[in-house]
Amino acid sequence: MASSQKYYLLIILGIICLLFTNPVLAQDLLIKNGTILTVTKGTLQNGDILVRSGIIKKIGQNIQAPESVKIVDATGKYVIPGLIDSHSHIGLSGTNESAETISSEVKMRDVLNAEDTSIYTALTGGVTMTHTMHGSGNPIGGENVVIKTKWGKASEEMLVYEAYRTLKFALGENPKQSNRQGQTTTLRYPQTRMGVNAIIRSEFLKAQNYMEQWDRYEKAVKSKKGSNTLIPPRKDLKMEALADMLRGDMYARCHTYRADETLEFIKLSKEFGFKIICFEHAWEAYKIAKEIATENIGISIFADNWAYKVEATEGIAYNAGYCTKQGVIVSINSDSGERIRRLFNDAAKAMKYGGLTEDEALKLVTINPAIQLGVDQIVGSLEKGKHADIAIFNEHPMSAYTRCDMTIIEGEIYFDRAKYLKDQEETAKKKKEKAKEKPKKKGGTQ
Amino acid sequence: MKRTLFICSIVLVLCVGAAASQEENSPFIAIQNVAIIPVVGEDIPEGTILIKDGLIAGIGRDIPIPQGAKLYDAKGLRAYPGMIDSSCYLGLYEIGSLRATIDNRETGNINPQVRAAEALRPDSMHIPISRSNGITTALIVPSGGLVAGQSGLIKLAGWTPDEMVIQKTFAMHIELPGMGRSRRRRTTEARQPASKRITDLKELFHKARIYQKEKKAAQKDLRLALPEFDEKLEFMLPVIDGDLPVVISVHSEQDILDAIDFVKAEKVKTIFSGVSEGWKVSDKIKEAGIPVIIGSLYAMPPKWEDGYDSLYRNPAILQKAGVLFAFSSQSASLAKDLPYHAAKAAAFGLDKREALKGVTIYPAQIFGIDDKVGSLEKGKLANIVLADGDILELRTVIKHVFIDGKETSLSSVYTELLDRYKNRNN
Repeated sequence: MASSQKYYLLIILGIICLLFTNPVLAQDLLIKNGTILTVTKGTLQNGDILVRSGIIKKIGQNIQAPESVKIVDATGKYVIPGLIDSHSHIGLSGTNESAETISSEVKMRDVLNAEDTSIYTALTGGVTMTHTMHGSGNPIGGENVVIKTKWGKASEEMLVYEAYRTLKFALGENPKQSNRQGQTTTLRYPQTRMGVNAIIRSEFLKAQNYMEQWDRYEKAVKSKKGSNTLIPPRKDLKMEALADMLRGDMYARCHTYRADETLEFIKLSKEFGFKIICFEHAWEAYKIAKEIATENIGISIFADNWAYKVEATEGIAYNAGYCTKQGVIVSINSDSGERIRRLFNDAAKAMKYGGLTEDEALKLVTINPAIQLGVDQIVGSLEKGKHADIAIFNEHPMSAYTRCDMTIIEGEIYFDRAKYLKDQEETAKKKKEKAKEKPKKKGGTQ
Repeated sequence: MKRTLFICSIVLVLCVGAAASQEENSPFIAIQNVAIIPVVGEDIPEGTILIKDGLIAGIGRDIPIPQGAKLYDAKGLRAYPGMIDSSCYLGLYEIGSLRATIDNRETGNINPQVRAAEALRPDSMHIPISRSNGITTALIVPSGGLVAGQSGLIKLAGWTPDEMVIQKTFAMHIELPGMGRSRRRRTTEARQPASKRITDLKELFHKARIYQKEKKAAQKDLRLALPEFDEKLEFMLPVIDGDLPVVISVHSEQDILDAIDFVKAEKVKTIFSGVSEGWKVSDKIKEAGIPVIIGSLYAMPPKWEDGYDSLYRNPAILQKAGVLFAFSSQSASLAKDLPYHAAKAAAFGLDKREALKGVTIYPAQIFGIDDKVGSLEKGKLANIVLADGDILELRTVIKHVFIDGKETSLSSVYTELLDRYKNRNN
């Protein structure tokens, strides 16, 4: 008895010791002497950032850290929050459930593909988080998911549980399938914007009816205690997702191009009382910036990728800058496994078109997308207590001449250009040696 | 009283009109107090550029300004030569999803008879956007098939195709496969391996030579039959004669080497385009003396094992090997981004000044028009861009663009729509 007590005491003492000595972990880091662009709290020259257990512990100058903490020298470099892409389709093994028109039951987290090399590509451009979404083929798509670009980790470890739950909606040319050339199969409903709007309305009416059935059932069960003759309504996963929307547990992310359809969708949201958190692409947002700002809806848009279809021909590069100045929360997205590595370049275009400052432009790919995803409490800026999701650039990230040199997620280095170059060099060397070793084949005439 | 006032006002109007017309009558435009980046030669921190009859009549620190010259005070601005997009679809391509507006890609495999410049639409909405970003000259290219057709050199100003075209036919465009890069509407022929396509090409050249021989023989001797007219071979004749250069789209290491062998054997003046694996054989390209039009850097590296930045560092390696190179947008809707391709290469090892040359003097040299464009020098065309900063920077705003000495409008669909809806939202 006494010996077991001693044993417990030892364990407790041990734990206390551990707590006080603060052992150095893999997710500890000290970034030294960089120009720190915090995004929300100004710029700090010759600044240090101390990371403990993946969290930013301290930002300041001349920070001391335990000896064994890994040090990253950022002299002459720019230290910024890891970039966030509010709209992409990377890390997925499927984008559109095209066998049906309404696919609200599908979830992108079910098809995460940790081996998609786009995740690494994103890292090379300083991106640490992305909202990876269902496609725009259906008026109501599936549930999207937010991941961190932890290349090399299992997909479960990439999930960001703090983010909003969001459901993809789509309006215009894609759901009405107007760009399908040479299609031989029967056209599906809807083929017009009338139909797209109507089908979304019908689904929400169905969802209301579905919820009512369940309400009545549950009330009945409660009122007639012990009655087991009641048959519960049939579970419908499509309806469950929409019910979550109507309860406010999930928000709409709506793919839209034209101003008119965008306004119609706002009306639909009011008709049923669901929340739109963000419009995707919103190429004509500048036409209705007032309304979007008033409704407090974000827009997640391209910098200038346009004219690839008719509804994108009035998409002007001033959209981001102009809407920002009208009070809309704007993020620049990639929607691409390639563009994702130059999000910072696209953000910088809002300085030329729209006259944003460097700081304002940087927000388009950091804190603004974080707000849209509901994760601005944990990421999107460099602040004490936030996740140590950090990118280091060799020149100002809003310069065309800049390059990402390091990408860190929760204190772990996921991309290090110096290491990459070394690896490339070694591989080349090995390749050369191998080529030398190989005896030349003779007599292989053709 | 009223009458005298009326007469007075008429006199006044006449006087002002006369003064204005006098100013308009002066053939001179002077851009003063401007930082000059001539690209060729030393930068001038503050100087003057004098324009007359569409040409640069004087450039330097102390240039006397003729009386009556139209003056531009460009204090705080920098003057650059207009940029050159070495491969784009401006005027040939409007809306991606709308076939009715796509005129850069013909069907079929061998199309030497088609000319991009003959489909040029001066009213394309993409042209003013590129121009207002400082691009003044472009090579517009056909694509698709093995022989895509003839490219043309244009300036980004003019009301009709003829007013825009500098050189109706610049080169014959040949496409070897694009390294598995996703291209929409790729023809079945384009999926063939490069080796097969080079064989086809050799055959085409061979046929064209025989055709030419028969034709020449028949011209000399009336008793000999003319060869049956062949539209395709007919338009290959300037190529085999060496009068018309070829631009060969080629990407992989082996394809580049094969293409070098091919053009050496055929003795045709050649420019490579695309060349994403050029860095692997940069010395061979240099040795062959073939200039390179670098493809869009808005793409993924063709091979994972080459590293994420292989396309980005490619230009620097080619430059170090001494290859003459130029950048291109390979786009219409984003042709305005030409300077950022150059800047991206600079971020990955290319000297910044070399990057600038890659969108100015180098393409001018490749196209053989460096006596007219590509730099700010006395006697050259006054293609001048006044910018509020580094012309390759994303934030830089272009304030004035002169093409052939005439100031061009900087308005575009972008500005027109913005202005219209500003009125609504204010």
